[in-house]
Amino acid sequence: MARYGMVVDVTRCNGCYNCFLACKDEHCEQAHPGYTAPQPMTGQAWMKIVPKERGQFPKVKQDYIAMPCMHCDAPACASGTNGGVYKRADGIVMIDPQRAAGQQEIVTKCPYRVIYWNEQENVGQKCTFCAHLLDAGWKEPRCVEACPTGTLIFGDLDDPESPVSKALASGRAEVLHPEYGLGEKVRFIGLPKNFVAGSVVFGDTDECATGVTVTLVGEDHTKTTQTDAFGDFEFEDLPANKWFKITVSAPSCDTQELEVRTTSSLYLGDIVL
Amino acid sequence: MAEQTFVNCTAGGPIRVHVENGKITRVRPLIFDDTDAASWTIEVDGKEYTPPRKACVAGFSLTERARVYSDDRILYPMKRVDFDPKGDRNPQNRGKSGYVRISWDEALDLVAGEMKRIRTEYGPEAITSRAGSHHNWGNLGYRSAAWARFFNLIGFTDILDNPDSWEGWHWGATHTYGFYWRLGNPEHYDLLEDALRDTELLISWSNDPDSTHGIYGGNDSAIWRLWLRDQGKKTIFIDPFHNYTAAHVGEKWIAYRPGTTAAMALAIAHVWMTEGTYDEAYVAARTVGFEDFQRYVLGEDDGVPKTPAWAAEICDVPARTITALAREWASHRTSLAGGTKGGEGGACRQAYATESARLMVMLQAMQGLGKPGVSIWGTANGPPYNHTLEFPGYAQGGFNLIAEKPAVNPIKQRLYRLTAPDAILNPPISWMGEGFCGNSIEQQFTKFTYPLPGHSEVKMFYRYGGAFLSTMVDTSKWVRMYQSPKLEFVVNQDCWWCTETRMADVILPACTNLERDDISEWASSGGYSLHASGSANHRVIVYQQKCVAPVGESKSDYDIFVELADRLGVKQEFTEGNTMDQWIKKMYDWSDMPKYMDFEKFKEKGYFVVPQIENYKPTPSLRWFYEGRPCDTPDTSNPKRATDKAHELATPSGKVEFVSQTLLAHTPDDDERAPLPKYIPSWEGHTSELFKKYPLQLISPHPRFSFHSHHDTRVPWLSEIPEHRMWIDGYNYQICRIHPEDAEARGIKHGDVIKLYNDRASVLLAAYVTERVRPGVVHSYEGASRYDPIEPGKAGSTDRGGCVNLLTPGRMMSKNVPGMAPNSCLVEMAKWEG
Repeated sequence: MARYGMVVDVTRCNGCYNCFLACKDEHCEQAHPGYTAPQPMTGQAWMKIVPKERGQFPKVKQDYIAMPCMHCDAPACASGTNGGVYKRADGIVMIDPQRAAGQQEIVTKCPYRVIYWNEQENVGQKCTFCAHLLDAGWKEPRCVEACPTGTLIFGDLDDPESPVSKALASGRAEVLHPEYGLGEKVRFIGLPKNFVAGSVVFGDTDECATGVTVTLVGEDHTKTTQTDAFGDFEFEDLPANKWFKITVSAPSCDTQELEVRTTSSLYLGDIVL
Repeated sequence: MAEQTFVNCTAGGPIRVHVENGKITRVRPLIFDDTDAASWTIEVDGKEYTPPRKACVAGFSLTERARVYSDDRILYPMKRVDFDPKGDRNPQNRGKSGYVRISWDEALDLVAGEMKRIRTEYGPEAITSRAGSHHNWGNLGYRSAAWARFFNLIGFTDILDNPDSWEGWHWGATHTYGFYWRLGNPEHYDLLEDALRDTELLISWSNDPDSTHGIYGGNDSAIWRLWLRDQGKKTIFIDPFHNYTAAHVGEKWIAYRPGTTAAMALAIAHVWMTEGTYDEAYVAARTVGFEDFQRYVLGEDDGVPKTPAWAAEICDVPARTITALAREWASHRTSLAGGTKGGEGGACRQAYATESARLMVMLQAMQGLGKPGVSIWGTANGPPYNHTLEFPGYAQGGFNLIAEKPAVNPIKQRLYRLTAPDAILNPPISWMGEGFCGNSIEQQFTKFTYPLPGHSEVKMFYRYGGAFLSTMVDTSKWVRMYQSPKLEFVVNQDCWWCTETRMADVILPACTNLERDDISEWASSGGYSLHASGSANHRVIVYQQKCVAPVGESKSDYDIFVELADRLGVKQEFTEGNTMDQWIKKMYDWSDMPKYMDFEKFKEKGYFVVPQIENYKPTPSLRWFYEGRPCDTPDTSNPKRATDKAHELATPSGKVEFVSQTLLAHTPDDDERAPLPKYIPSWEGHTSELFKKYPLQLISPHPRFSFHSHHDTRVPWLSEIPEHRMWIDGYNYQICRIHPEDAEARGIKHGDVIKLYNDRASVLLAAYVTERVRPGVVHSYEGASRYDPIEPGKAGSTDRGGCVNLLTPGRMMSKNVPGMAPNSCLVEMAKWEG
C-alpha cells in the first residue's frame, strides 16, 4: 500500500492557477460517490492559491503558495467527529459526506483553514488528493497533472524512487507551520521568508556601485555579499521580526551602517557612498 | 452510460474531454502515451533538458466545461423586441431593448430576407462582417474557414484587421529588418537551444510570455525559462508592470514610464557608442545608415546628445541604471525579448511605437544580431522542430485549400477595423495601409477610401464572435455606430453573450468547437506566422472530436452558413456537396498526415504527435545572416530564400537599415515615422497638456487568465482569481492595479470599487493595490467579456463590465501609421461612492 504525500516547489511556480482550475473542474457540481459530495460552483478552493508579494517598489518579489489539504498524520479536524473525518491506510484524510453531516466545527478545527463548509450539502469539504481517481488507477491528482512547471510533486512516500521521495531527500522541503506538529504530508520548497535589499550608489560619480561588500549581522546570522552591476544587493531567507545591522563598505569611501528590523521584506532604497 | 473520452483543441492547447451521459465531466490536458513520438532532448553542459509528456495547456483551456455550460451561452435564436423589419426598426434602442425567442426558421428567413433585400437595393457591398479572434479553434468550422467562405462567396465589404498585438513591430520593425511576412516578428527557429547554450543574459522588454504564451502555446514554454534559470542565466525585465514572468524568473525590474521606450533605447546606444562597446565589424558589414544614427544619438545634428541623463528625465529611471543596463547588455551575449514572439508587447501599442520597435532591432544589430546567443527572442517559440510534415494552420486558407473552387471576395470596398464606426457614422474616410501587410511592404502604403467610388455605404453588419468593444480603442463609438439608423440591420452570431451581442437585431446561437468535429494543429496559424506551433514543445495534429451535442438550440457555424447559403441560392457552391466529415478528410488528404497515420486511426485516436527529425541539426534564426550564408532556416515565406540573395535580409539594401530605404522612398517627409527613428514624446503621455487633468497612465495588456474576452466572466472560477476579478457587494469587478502612493493620495484602499475616467468614458473596477506597478501607472487588462453600462444603451454611460478600452484613445499611432495605441492613455480615478 502506498502512502501518499506531496511537495510544493514554490520556486518553480509561475502562478498559472492550472491546479486551482483543474481541481474546480473535477469537483464543482459533481459528486464522486463514496468520496465527496459536489463542490459548489464558486466559493471553495480545495486547491487554494495564496499569492504572496514581498518588498517595495522597485524591488518586489511575487510567489504563489499552493495550499491543498495537508493530509496530516494527526489530523486536527478528525478529533471528536466519530469517524466523520478519517484517515485511509494510504494516509489520505477524508471527510465522509454522510457521517460528517452537520459537523460544521471541523472547518475551524483545521489550522490551515483548507476545509470549506457546503451549506447545501450540510458538510465540510476539502482536497482528497483525488482519492477517487487514485483508487481507479490514476497516478496523480488533477492538480498535479495540470501543473506545467513541476511545482507540484506527488507520489508514494514509502517508495524512495518516487518523485516526492526524491524531492524530500533534497532536504529543502519544510512544513508550512511546523509549530502545529500535525505530521503534514504536504511540504514546501522555497517558502518565501524575508529579504533585505538595497542599491548602492557612488555619491561622487552618481554611478551604480558595483562589487561593493555588504555585510549583514544579526543574532544568529552573519552574511556577506557583493553588489551586482546595478549596485543592488540582497539577503534572502531571513527570519521575521529580527534586528540586523547592515554594513556597506568600499575602498576610499565612508562606510555606511544601517539597523533594520525584518517586520517584512525590506527594500532600503539607495545607499550613497 | 459508461464514460467516454474525446480529444479536442483550444487556443491554449489540446485537451482530453471526459463525457458521461452526454455531459462533459472533465477537461484535462492531453497526456501523451508510449505509442506517441518521443520528445526531443537538448543537452547543455552535461545536462539534459526534455519537456514533459503532456500538453501544458493554458489555464483557460481547463475551463471548457464551465465555458460550454456557462450561463452566458446563447441558447436559441432571438429577435430584439422592438425590431420590425417591415415597420419600425428602432435602431436607437440597440443595447437597451430585450429579446424574444424565435425559431431557427424564422431567424434564418429573417436574416436571409434582409440580406437579399439589402443586396438587391444597394448591392452586395452594403453588407459587412468581421470575426473576432480565437473564441473557438479549428481549421474548418470557424472564422478563417466557415465564416470566410460564406462571405467571400456572396461578396461583402470586408473589414481589414489591424495587427492589434504587434502594431509597432508591424508598421516599424519591418522597415528595419524585413520580416513583413511575419508581420514584423523575427524568425524564431532553434532559439531555445541557442539561448541555453550561448546566451548569457536575457532582457525582457515589455514581454510577459507567462501571460501571453507565445500566443497559443499555453504554459508549454514556462519550463524553458526555468531551464534558463537553471543554467544561471539572469533575466532583466523592463516594464512599467512587474509582470508574471518577472515574478517567475526575474532578477531585476526596471520600471520605466510608459511611452518612453525609444528614449531609453537611444541612451543605451549612446553608452555603446561613447564607450566603444558595440560590434563595429557587424555594423559595417551588415547594416546601412549607422552614421546618420550615430549623429542623431550623439546630438551632432540637433545639439541634444541622447545620454542616459537625458533619458533619465524622460523615462523616470536613474541615469546610472540605464548606464549599468547598457554595460551589462554589451558585456554579455544578450538575447532581447520585445514581446512573446520576439516582437509584440504592450510597448508596441503606443503612440509612435514604430520608433521604439525599430530601435529594438537596431540595438541588437549593434550587438551582432544572429551571433550565437544574440537574438531577438520572446522565450516562447523555437524548440527543436520538425517542419517537414506539412499541415495547414488555421489562417492558411481553410476551405480554399481543398475546395474545387476557392471562394474569392469580388468586392473591392474595405473598412478598417479601428475606424469602422467612424466610417459608418461619418463617411467618407480614408487611410493608408492594408491592415495585415504580410504579402509585401508596399501594402503599408496602399491608400483606401470608404465608401469606394461607385459603391454603396454599408447598411448591414453581420457581427461574428468576440468583442471589439473591449479589445479595440475608444470603443464608445462602436455603441454609437450600432445605434445609428445607417445600419439598417445588425446580426450577431456567437456562442456566448458578449460585449456587443446586445447591439444586434437578430442573435444566432453558435455551438463551441467541443460540440462539433473539426481538424487543426495546436498553436498553428500558418499564414503570417509560419511554424507558430513552435510555441509548444510538441507538434500535435488534432482531429477535434465532437464531445457533446450542441447546447440548447445552438448549431455549428458551418451549419448556420449552409442554411443561409441555401436560402440565398448558393448552397451547392458553398458545400460543393460535402459534409463536414468529408471536408475534414480532404484537409487530412491535403496535408502530409496520410504518410504518417491512417485516417480512421487518426479520427479514432484524435491526435498525432509529429516525430522529431532524426539526427536533427539546429539552424538558429539569423545565424545565416550573421555568417553571411544563404538562409538555411525553414522560413519558406522568406522571399529571398533559395535565390541568389538568400544571404540578405528582405530590406531594399539586404541589411539592417538604420535609415529605412522604404520609408525614404514612400514617405520621405514623414516626421513621425522618419526614415531614421527618433524619440517623439507621446501625443498622450506625461508631457501632454492633458496630463495636468489626467495624471495617471493606463496600460491595458493582454489578459493572463482569459484569451481576450473569450473566457473571463463566462467561467465563474476565473472570477474567483483575485488577480483577475474581485467580488464586491455582489458584483464581479475586473481588477485595476494601483501603486500604494497613488491609492493613498486618493483615499483608495485595496478592494474598493473605483471609477477610472477621462473625457472619453468611465469604467468601474476593483482597486488592487500593489507595489508591482510603478507610481503614476494603473494597470487593467483589455478584453472584458462583459459590457455593462449603468444606463443600458447609452454610449458614454459608466461601465461596470470592465471594458477599459472605452477609455483608450482612438487616435492612430502616427499620421501615416494606422496602428492602435491603447497604452497611450491618460486617466484619473476616484473611489466610487455609487
